[in-house]
Amino acid sequence: MPHTKRRRLVTTAVAVSLGATTLAACGSEDGGKAESGPVSLTYWTWAPGMDKVVDLWNKGPGRKDRITVTVKKQASGDTLVTKILTAHKAKKAPDLVQAEYQALPTLVSNDALADISREVGDVKGRFADGVWQQTTLGTDAVYAVPQDIGPMMFYYRADLFKKYGLKVPATWEQFAETARALKKKAPDKDLTTFSANDSGLFAGLAQQAGAKWWTTSGDKWKVAIDDAATRKVARFWGGLVKEGVVDNQPMYTPAWNKALDTGKQIAWVSAVWAPGTLTTAAPDTKGKWAMAPLPQWSLDQDVTGSWGGSSTAVTTDSAHQAAAAKFAAWLNTDGDALNALAKESGIYPASTSAQLSGAFSNPPAYFSNQADFYTKAAEIAKTTAPSAWGPNVNVAYTSFKDAFGAAAKDRSDFGAALRKMQDDTVADMTKQGFEVSR
Amino acid sequence: MSSSASRRPYGVKGAPYGFLLPAALLFALFFALPIGYAVWLSFRKVHVSGLGLGSGARREVWAGFENYTGAFRDSELLHGALRVLGYGCVVVPVMLGLALLFALMLDTDRVRLAPFTRLAIFLPYAVPGVVAALLWGFLYLPDVSPFYFVLGKLGLPQPDLLDGGPLYLALSNIAVWGGTGFNMIVIYTSLRAVPAEVYEAARLDGATPLQIALRIKIPMVAPSLVLTFFFSIIATLQVFNEPTTLKPLTNSVNTTWSPLMKVYQDAFGRGDIYAAAAEATLIALVTLALSFGFLRAANRRNRQEEAR
Repeated sequence: MPHTKRRRLVTTAVAVSLGATTLAACGSEDGGKAESGPVSLTYWTWAPGMDKVVDLWNKGPGRKDRITVTVKKQASGDTLVTKILTAHKAKKAPDLVQAEYQALPTLVSNDALADISREVGDVKGRFADGVWQQTTLGTDAVYAVPQDIGPMMFYYRADLFKKYGLKVPATWEQFAETARALKKKAPDKDLTTFSANDSGLFAGLAQQAGAKWWTTSGDKWKVAIDDAATRKVARFWGGLVKEGVVDNQPMYTPAWNKALDTGKQIAWVSAVWAPGTLTTAAPDTKGKWAMAPLPQWSLDQDVTGSWGGSSTAVTTDSAHQAAAAKFAAWLNTDGDALNALAKESGIYPASTSAQLSGAFSNPPAYFSNQADFYTKAAEIAKTTAPSAWGPNVNVAYTSFKDAFGAAAKDRSDFGAALRKMQDDTVADMTKQGFEVSR
Repeated sequence: MSSSASRRPYGVKGAPYGFLLPAALLFALFFALPIGYAVWLSFRKVHVSGLGLGSGARREVWAGFENYTGAFRDSELLHGALRVLGYGCVVVPVMLGLALLFALMLDTDRVRLAPFTRLAIFLPYAVPGVVAALLWGFLYLPDVSPFYFVLGKLGLPQPDLLDGGPLYLALSNIAVWGGTGFNMIVIYTSLRAVPAEVYEAARLDGATPLQIALRIKIPMVAPSLVLTFFFSIIATLQVFNEPTTLKPLTNSVNTTWSPLMKVYQDAFGRGDIYAAAAEATLIALVTLALSFGFLRAANRRNRQEEAR
């Protein structure tokens, strides 16, 4: 999943990605000249292999409609949001962009994304309501077409769980017990780590607990990062870290890779794209891992959060918004396109029918021992809790990294860190002039 | 004849401006204008109306000194500056001390393999800062570092270099490793420029090599030391690569560890280029004040010494 690949890239090869960005910038002038046709569109995306998927369009439906799409590979996530906003200031944003769900309000609030409800309104039924709602921001407008999603799951070393006589936790209470039991049996091992370097994980966990960080009423925003649900999650992980039964070091570091590969950490709370990350992080333990639903806060619940996932949006700067919307709808609902996306880009599709299509009949190679991996994943995806993003998710995420990073390091109060996150977010919104209700 | 005499001065008068024009134009276009624009931006801010969704919800408005008061009130900027001060207190003396020591050692008569040694010490300077930080980052991480492996085998304590006080040493080490060679070359070059008669006279007077080094060589290369010190201060204030690269590896480096990281974070993380412009202006002013303050102090001392 590109979402995590990005972090890896940052950790290991900043220089390479910088070089790639520069190259991409150099090539930005020749967009659209490659093929003839009345409409040529530029598409900024970070999904690997997207050029091959777009080729299908250019040779098939695109040729018929005389709409040619050119892919410009970009750095992912927040970096791309910044780049889009900068380009938009110069009225030079590309026609199509890939955007993570939590970035949509930021982009919309900067007037960078076009309302494409007229063109893509009829594909609504292809997606789960919770997913679709993220692209409308609760309005009548539609700002993007969902592409991939990241329902969260629990990954664990099946062999080591057996060795230490551990049971797969069904509730967070049991999760804590499991962590303690492991510490008792093997003091040098950890069940997992609380990592503060990817805010999406914490946001997903809070979402599962029922948090709605940003909501609106009338003309006012309400920020509820420090709400009861999130406090519960923060207290839970803070307690485990303080007790010393889970590690407190960040993910995606060489040390983390090694811990997973050598069985020093034997579980990972992650999302559906984890097989891709594990393949590179822990190649030696292939086939030893298993996937289970995320632990619940109470046994009668069945709900998960989401971590990652992105959509395809059309910018206000595009001169051919209708054509661009047509491509966006095709890319994320057409069977062939979704198959190619699964194969070339390794994404887990947002389209519900595609989740059980041919590309997902076999488990990922890393999980060859778990034949029903994708059937189970589709079941779990259905239970995804709705999310609520606001116009300054980036600020909240940065505040999370700094405040929780420090708290995890000192094994101190996570509640204080959460309050800091809330205060920073509200302060930034107020400073920008948003009306924030208390 | 009289006409040519009266016309000539005009041509000569205009010529300097003509020669100056390209440089002045480049200076104005690529230096003064961007700085002016940044200063202009630092007095602006964005105002959002309503929910901020949809078109026309954001307007750029005049902010006055709001961004500057905000930067002063933001304790993170001050903390960043203090962190960098601590970092600089390690880097500058150690790096310049080592550079001077190596330069003096290379300049002695009995040194062997001088060209090779010079190159070996200089080589890290050719390694890009980001690569150097990644390289050292891997060596600092206990689980992948060969040093920790060896320490563990020997039963010695394994300090966590990416936390607390040792973090400053870890970061400084990267800068020292990368910068010593360059500073050594600058000092060494000026050592070579010292006339041989001076040493000969010193030797005739019975000075030992150590005395020559302390009493003659170091005072003779004082201008180079001032220059390298000046460069080092500026480089320290601008530290960005090393902490940014180490950030994903540890909880101890946050997104606003150094003032420039805070500027970057505000401009590209928070998307508030106005606050970032104000902070950048402040950092530029502090850098100017510090470096020129130091240069003036150094010059004044020089003049006093000359007067004596």
